[in-house]
Amino acid sequence: MFAVAAVGVGIGMTLVMIRALLGPTLYDRVLALNIFGTKTVLLIAVLGFLAGRPEFLDLALVYALINFIGTIAVLKYFEVGDLGKASEIGGGRS
Amino acid sequence: MARIVGLWFILFAVWLLLSGHWDSALLVGFGLGSCTLTVYIASRMDVADHEGVPIYWIGRFLLYLPWLLKEILVANINVAKVILSPKLPISPIMVVFRSTQKSDLGRVLYANSITLTPGTITTGVEGDQLEIHALTRKDVDGREEDEMDRRVSIVEGAS
Amino acid sequence: MVWDVLSWIFILGGLFFIVVGGVGVLRFPDVYTRLHAAGMTDTMGAGLVLIGLSFQSGLSFESGGWLITVRLLMIWAFLLFTSPIATHALARAALHGKVEPIRGDVEGGDS
Repeated sequence: MFAVAAVGVGIGMTLVMIRALLGPTLYDRVLALNIFGTKTVLLIAVLGFLAGRPEFLDLALVYALINFIGTIAVLKYFEVGDLGKASEIGGGRS
Repeated sequence: MARIVGLWFILFAVWLLLSGHWDSALLVGFGLGSCTLTVYIASRMDVADHEGVPIYWIGRFLLYLPWLLKEILVANINVAKVILSPKLPISPIMVVFRSTQKSDLGRVLYANSITLTPGTITTGVEGDQLEIHALTRKDVDGREEDEMDRRVSIVEGAS
Repeated sequence: MVWDVLSWIFILGGLFFIVVGGVGVLRFPDVYTRLHAAGMTDTMGAGLVLIGLSFQSGLSFESGGWLITVRLLMIWAFLLFTSPIATHALARAALHGKVEPIRGDVEGGDS
């Protein structure tokens, strides 16, 4: 049954990858990569069960962290053009 | 101070759960040491004391969670219906809501709850005005959102 | 046995939401509408799959299965915390990047 789950997640990843290739704007691609990362987390978890090695879940947890930070970093880079500067929008106001 | 101690306990609980080592004194000692070091650095960086999550919300938050999960399930099924219907009946719309929460954290919880239910996403927060993008017009008829607003205010407490 | 059937149901339900979310990302016409489909994958798709997996690991103390269950639930809790923030950041950046959201009744998705 885990093989079925892995194939299902793979189908979802393929669909999202098509969107990442089609574009049309930068934000579509970033969005697609973000979903792709979430599905990778699921795929790692399912593969861990498939291989009978639940230690894979630690990798999935770390991948979830990196995926989130990576998305934010890419968005900030294209917004500000520099990872060190403060963002113009939303920053400093409450 | 209370938040620093709370942070330490939460960090150590997470360490125990992730490592699964309960018996080896050396490993648990290293865990204790790394938690203490992290909390020390956090308090030196001044991020621990006034920006922490209020632990006393947790009880009311756990009461709010089942309702939120039910809302997420219902909204998911609605969006799935929209995606699978051949005509793709969407009518995107941007609206502005007022939130009644007093603290920033309450507003964050409300905005994140709105984003978590598919069909509505928060695109901007200005003071107590939330700018919301909705997939279809009937997603923002206001009933679920008012209910959610009321419940988040309960989580926030009357203080 | 009961747990096997339950975990099948949950995993298949999660796969349904994941695939439908992928179809939605392909069919919807602009970034902001696609974000809704993305949210579906992050919340219900991931959640149902992870809960289904946690039925397999169980809660037994002897085999350490409950640690695996805790880990699965931590992954879901983490996704629930980060997915709205990432969605919000994307919508904000797209608005800032002068991508106009389409409004009103739209017919069918293009490409």
